[in-house]
Amino acid sequence: MSRLKIATPNVAGQTVESLYKDLERMIIASPPGICPVDLALNFLRLCHAQTCGKCVPCRVGLGQLANLISDVLDGKADMETLDVIEKLARDINNSADCAIGYEAAGMVLRGLEGFREDYIAHIKTGKCTYHITQPVPCVALCPAGVDIPGYVALVGEGRYADAVKLIRKDNPFPTACALICEHPCEARCRRNMIDSSINIRGLKRFAVDHAGKVPVPECGEPTGKKVAIVGGGPGGLSAAYFLSLMGHKCVVYEMKPKLGGMLRYGIPNYRFPRERLQEDLDAILSTGIEVKYNTKIGEDITIKQLREEYDAVYIAIGAHQDKKVGIEGEDSKGVISAVELLNDIGHERMPDFTGKTVVVIGGGNVAMDCVRSSVRLGAKKSIIAYRRRKLDMTALPEEVDGALEEGCELYELHAPVRIESDEEGNVKALWAKPQIIGKIDAWGRARPVDSAKDEVRIPCDIVVVAIGQGIETRHFEEAGIPVKRGNIKAMADSEISDLPGVFAGGDCVTGPATVIRAIAAGKVAAANIDEYLGYHHLISVDVDIPSASLDDKPACGRVNLSEKEAGERKCGFEPFECGMSEEEACQEASRCLRCDHFGYGKFKGGRAAIW
Amino acid sequence: MVNLTINNRRVSVPEGTTIMNAAASIGINIPHLCYLKDINEIAACRVCVVELKGKDKLITACNNKVEEGMEIFTNSPKVREIRKMNVQLILSQHDCHCATCVRSGNCSLQTISNNLGIIDVPFKEELENTPWNKDFPLIRDNTKCIKCMRCIQICDKVQSLSVWDVVNTGRRTTVNVAGNRAIENADCAICGQCITHCPVGALRERDDTDKVFAALNDPNVITVVQVAPSVRAAWGEQLGMTNAQATEKRLAATLRHMGFDYVFDTNFSADLTIMEEGTEFIEKLKNRNLNKFPMFTSCCPGWVRFVKSQYPEFVDHLSTAKSPQQMFGAVVKSYFAKKADIDPARICSVSIMPCVSKKAEAAMPQMADAGFGQDVDIVLTTRELVRMIRAESVYPLAIPEEEFDSPLGEYSGAGVIFGATGGVMEAALRTAYCLVTGENPDPDAFCEVRGLGEGPWKEAVFDVAGTKVRTATVHGLGNARKLLEAIKHGEAEYDFVEVMACPGGCVGGGGQPIHDGIEMAEDRAKELYKLDKNKNIRFSHCNPEIHTIYKEFLGKPLSPESHHLLHTDHKYRAVDQLEF
Repeated sequence: MSRLKIATPNVAGQTVESLYKDLERMIIASPPGICPVDLALNFLRLCHAQTCGKCVPCRVGLGQLANLISDVLDGKADMETLDVIEKLARDINNSADCAIGYEAAGMVLRGLEGFREDYIAHIKTGKCTYHITQPVPCVALCPAGVDIPGYVALVGEGRYADAVKLIRKDNPFPTACALICEHPCEARCRRNMIDSSINIRGLKRFAVDHAGKVPVPECGEPTGKKVAIVGGGPGGLSAAYFLSLMGHKCVVYEMKPKLGGMLRYGIPNYRFPRERLQEDLDAILSTGIEVKYNTKIGEDITIKQLREEYDAVYIAIGAHQDKKVGIEGEDSKGVISAVELLNDIGHERMPDFTGKTVVVIGGGNVAMDCVRSSVRLGAKKSIIAYRRRKLDMTALPEEVDGALEEGCELYELHAPVRIESDEEGNVKALWAKPQIIGKIDAWGRARPVDSAKDEVRIPCDIVVVAIGQGIETRHFEEAGIPVKRGNIKAMADSEISDLPGVFAGGDCVTGPATVIRAIAAGKVAAANIDEYLGYHHLISVDVDIPSASLDDKPACGRVNLSEKEAGERKCGFEPFECGMSEEEACQEASRCLRCDHFGYGKFKGGRAAIW
Repeated sequence: MVNLTINNRRVSVPEGTTIMNAAASIGINIPHLCYLKDINEIAACRVCVVELKGKDKLITACNNKVEEGMEIFTNSPKVREIRKMNVQLILSQHDCHCATCVRSGNCSLQTISNNLGIIDVPFKEELENTPWNKDFPLIRDNTKCIKCMRCIQICDKVQSLSVWDVVNTGRRTTVNVAGNRAIENADCAICGQCITHCPVGALRERDDTDKVFAALNDPNVITVVQVAPSVRAAWGEQLGMTNAQATEKRLAATLRHMGFDYVFDTNFSADLTIMEEGTEFIEKLKNRNLNKFPMFTSCCPGWVRFVKSQYPEFVDHLSTAKSPQQMFGAVVKSYFAKKADIDPARICSVSIMPCVSKKAEAAMPQMADAGFGQDVDIVLTTRELVRMIRAESVYPLAIPEEEFDSPLGEYSGAGVIFGATGGVMEAALRTAYCLVTGENPDPDAFCEVRGLGEGPWKEAVFDVAGTKVRTATVHGLGNARKLLEAIKHGEAEYDFVEVMACPGGCVGGGGQPIHDGIEMAEDRAKELYKLDKNKNIRFSHCNPEIHTIYKEFLGKPLSPESHHLLHTDHKYRAVDQLEF
């Protein structure tokens, strides 16, 4: 009788919807190291289940493709099979009627390109070239390899000082990382399979906030060896810390009046208060590291001198050189670089933006630091100009949202074209060309292209350029240190080829990265410098890790850290992130699945108690 | 102490005790398969699951510790169902043709499956097809592998060679030679510890019993068998005999009964080894500056393979003396053949060893110094001997004890302790002392080197007529690696070092009878020391048959004839060159 009906989902439909969500989370928590051919096969099977069955290439072809890939995995294939797979996948890709078919085949094709050698290994040796080497996802993804399940369990037991000691075994900056680490460890947390990742950084923050002053371990027998560390940032100080524990004498050369590098001169106080930085610095320096402040390499002392005077040199100067956008009017008065702005703030030389309109060019975390700082420096209006979309920004989403909450405006898809100034050369406006988002490039990012719209004028008094940093390489090149694309070229063990005893790591080698990467580089350098000096000191810690709880693990929400409300926080540089309560920390710690005890971690690679 | 209940029975155990051990302390056995104390506590088979009151998910008893107030049930309906299901799942990927398996009757999977009353498997059989070189002395059959990972762990943690590894991922995950190598190209010492710690029949030695039967049945062939010291301490274990019943004389009689023409004792050539190696050591000591120290023993082929592949820089430190097995082989096809007036070409020389690596040693091309084929033609492990005795339906207890044949059957107490860690060292020191001073020491003067010890190796310093001799004894290749690293880095310095590849020495050898979860080396060693103690002759150089062979044939230790037959240069690279 009725002509139309309102569709209501049935129980089966709803269940399938929730299973899709489950699968998404399972994929997020996919452990590294699994066989890519096996994955390709099973992705293909899932795609095949999506086929409607109308068209031949998809209905039949995907199934036959799966059979062929199965043959590869079961040792029943030869190199001809690989050709047939490729041909079939290409033909489906070119002839399926809808995306279900051609995209499924496309995934197989991309796999044939990306991990062809693994297909070949299966065919020729009957074995996979991949195997699980990183059984504990969080530890595997932490560049410094910090014992995360260990300290999470310690927090759960209220043993905060032990947690700090355990973190320091691999990372002498527990407080810095508790406050500002980008927590790559959380990305593939196995807890995602149940609900969502553990708030690892939040728990570390709880540990450092409640541990009190935790003494560092005693230094080893003095070796009589001297190591010069160039740069007193997180990387240089990490190397110095571990080398001191090993018994080597470390002297840090810092060009600025205070230690901390980008932690002090790049990250504003509201994210990382200076007194908290001092906690880490005090602990590190208590190992007996000597520091020469206001000493710049290439000006006050040369690499050559250091090589003569010391048994080894570690270069960890970071990336403090600003990059230019390269547009007309960039030399106008009122155009400053992010490095300059944050450096001034770090030195507590606060520029006055009262009543001014500030435009920040860029979409990374540094751009967010600049724009949020400008709000706190009294700007009337703070604007982010970014040539791609908001979702393409490289800044952490919470940083972008934080800026917007604090009243910053976002001009996405606006590419800066020139800076307009008055006759005295003062900035009057930024001109930007509206963009249209375009094709996805090889790195998976959508490229912006000029739209048909007219250029827009964004009136402003200050333009902050925050599009990346480089290093000042001239002196290093002169000292015979290889430089490639503006970065120092060091090997994976941080040695510099042909310069025995000289090591380099951190931002000056990789380009601007994260604090935990710099710390990890310092740890690697310390181990290899120790070996270079003819020793094999081992770093360990005397902390018992609590047994894993045998409780069931029902799904439970993740405790997120709260922040002060935007109106309050934008008034100054005071920190605004609030730590967990003890109750919250306990619950969050108990969510940890203890992959060091359950699963592959109990068999292999679960805990590197010593390095 | 932690208080809990298991199956409603109260139990109080020290903190840190596992649930499995807590249960065992009150006589409750929790079935388990992959668990191997201290070596493999990875809870992979999920057979030892138990129910913890108040929790939905079952937990494993092998690697979880007791907590105050726990209420554990080891046989609840849920546990029973899941345990049985998991065993059935394992069986679905296991070749269950038990009738044709060397481990039938001594297989943990078979026992558990039988005990749980499993009479069918409701799953599709999925057997892995992995090719293997059947000529290699060590055989892996992945149709039987249950992926318990014990072999990986033993080789990693105890032997430090990491020959085995997990291969592939996902449902194709299996165990095979690490690093995509073939076994013959891997740096396997062929110690066989993976075999003796395998709960099923996935690992075994190459079976050479048919070759021996063929030789015994060939009227033109004269079969000569030698029995290694430690075999006598273990051969009766799985033939239902007590130590008192399974004597060496009964073993000699049994072998003769089975048709061997001559039954000899490797202990004799152990004494011969001491004469050569002891003299070599004393000679080296005389010219300390011209020689490399420490001198390492060379009687263990697993250790020799290890040093060749892992520490080639130490190969020159090995004693040039061949192992007792090879000395024996060389002497049988020369001295003995001449003395008994037999054409050496007719001799089939068989050895019975506690060892798998001996099969590879005997096959090395330069182990043919007597000039009539390989000096030792066929090597059997103790397990193969037991299988032959069973195959012949021989009942050893019904056979009266007999002596070994002469002239290669007499031995000293020093020879028999070769089978235990420290034994070679002690035997060598007994004779070295006499070589230097001209008089015998108290035979128990060097007993300090006996036993398994606490640390990675044992050291002892002895005063031999004013000369300090710094000795170390080490067993297990992981321990050997630690010792070599210490020597390499100048952290340790010795004159004479005895190395045995297997934990406990040959008594714990990879060719010995298997008792899942039980290490037998210590008990077996006691038997050897008992034999030593009860022997009238306790010095190798006092063995009258040793006197005779030097008088009639070899001249003196390190003579040209000795060099030709009893020594080797170790130049042969086992891993690279030996073809199987």
